[in-house]
Amino acid sequence: MSEMWTAKLRNKWQKNLPIEKLLPDDQPAYVSSWIYVFGVLTLAALAVIIASGVVLAFEGPAWYHVSDAGKFINSLHFWSVQLFFVFMVIHLWGKFWMAAWRGNRFATWMTGAVAFVASIATAFTGYLVQTNFDSQWISFEAKDGFNSMGIGAWFNVTNLGQMLLLHVAFLPLILGAITVVHVLMVRKRGVVPPIDAEPVSLGGRS
Amino acid sequence: MTGWFSSFMNHPATYLHTGWLQISISNLLVILLMLVVFSLAVLLPFPEEKK
Repeated sequence: MSEMWTAKLRNKWQKNLPIEKLLPDDQPAYVSSWIYVFGVLTLAALAVIIASGVVLAFEGPAWYHVSDAGKFINSLHFWSVQLFFVFMVIHLWGKFWMAAWRGNRFATWMTGAVAFVASIATAFTGYLVQTNFDSQWISFEAKDGFNSMGIGAWFNVTNLGQMLLLHVAFLPLILGAITVVHVLMVRKRGVVPPIDAEPVSLGGRS
Repeated sequence: MTGWFSSFMNHPATYLHTGWLQISISNLLVILLMLVVFSLAVLLPFPEEKK
């Protein structure tokens, strides 16, 4: 066997996450429930958020505050975030009551929890960069809280440039990376079975 | 915006206050709606695939 790192990585990937697990065309019977839909609904909302956010970034506030199309995309970005959080919280409730960390799924659960925290940070910086009176009010209310924690010098909510770069570059990259790992973990371990059901493996090492 | 929705949205929120708990009606409605959707997702049967 080749000793190159590419070969080692490929062998490890094929052993842990074979293609039939990564792109399955069948799922266990217990997945036929509406409560299993909310993870992918969260991903769909995230896709709309990213797509509308890219349009907002290219066109800028002089467009999305003024033109009808700009206001529409701005609202699409805002409301898809609201749906993203609604779907994610219902997904969280469902997985919590299923004890979804069972069956060696600790990493799946933890990446989901970290993604939730990263989403809150991303949404918060989004509220701060609306460039309107709402964002001005939120930042001036929030600065006292962050200053009281002693982190206001590094995370200055009244610094529009810092908040904008965190919102459009750093935090989406972090959230995107955690989400990818979370989905790969779901594919690797399989969807968690209900508490009284027999787990079904789709092949490969789980 | 016009209509009852805009008149509901375009003024400061009305708050419910009981002891330590204070919540706006809007936030309470969203939480209740999420609980309803969660309950429906658990209770409603998933459509079977026709073969």
